[in-house]
Amino acid sequence: MSEGFISRGFRGRRQQGDTSGRLPPGQYLERGFPVLSAGPTPHTQLSAWDFSIVGEVDQPKRWSWDEFRALPRETVTKDIHCVTKWSKLDTHWEGVSLDTLLAQVTYDASYVIAFSDGGHTTNLPLEEVLNGQAWVVDTYEGQPLEPQHGGPARLLVPHLYFWKSAKWVRGLRLVDQDEPGFWESLGYNNHGDPWKEERYWGD
Amino acid sequence: MEKKLDVNAAGGILQVTFPFDMTLVEATCAGCGATNGIGGTTAYMHGMGTVVRCQSCDTVLIRMAQVKGRYFLDLRGIRVLEIGAES
Repeated sequence: MSEGFISRGFRGRRQQGDTSGRLPPGQYLERGFPVLSAGPTPHTQLSAWDFSIVGEVDQPKRWSWDEFRALPRETVTKDIHCVTKWSKLDTHWEGVSLDTLLAQVTYDASYVIAFSDGGHTTNLPLEEVLNGQAWVVDTYEGQPLEPQHGGPARLLVPHLYFWKSAKWVRGLRLVDQDEPGFWESLGYNNHGDPWKEERYWGD
Repeated sequence: MEKKLDVNAAGGILQVTFPFDMTLVEATCAGCGATNGIGGTTAYMHGMGTVVRCQSCDTVLIRMAQVKGRYFLDLRGIRVLEIGAES
């Protein structure tokens, strides 16, 4: 039936108990790394890649790939939680903290719109990407991040559902007024806290 | 791996919300202006929803998700739909 080809929501699917308390409500443990794509996988050449901070900033900022790679880097180990109900524990990433990136611009804004190759966007409160909560990562499990998982670089905001960790991220637009992103404007929760099970509008 | 299907193979995905056969409809892309049959487009079956893209420029033509018993449908990527009167 046609409904088999449409996302039908994720309540009531398999659930798995977890004694460690690391699985948010409704999530199950995933050993693999599922790939969800809403379009063709971009293959941006590193020579053409850049990362920008634009919007409500005194002076927009842009880093080439080499400049980005020269920024102070951090290694983080985090659990990730997809709204489609899988969770993956102890994932290892390397990249640049948004604290480091945003420290290089003067801004007056309350929200961040992350934008990616392929036209994808996701929105986040600025206060939820500062103070060690978000990174732009280019390395996963010690290897360059594969294109199918968002390489050369993706956002990592592990305390929110993983769709907020936008693949193929190319920049941040700082704004005063919140603007729902690609999935947030199509019925998915504007905030997306897995521990509060904020999957959909109205949750 | 991308979960990519042509719209016909997607088994009437669009019949759920349209009262006519969408695979027979011509759509003009709001991005590049190309007019193509919806039946020739590509549907990406993302776990969160279904995304139909222009076969000429990959602009998102249609986004659909079913959330808590309701369909969410975004057609902003289509400038014009041309629907046969007999569809």
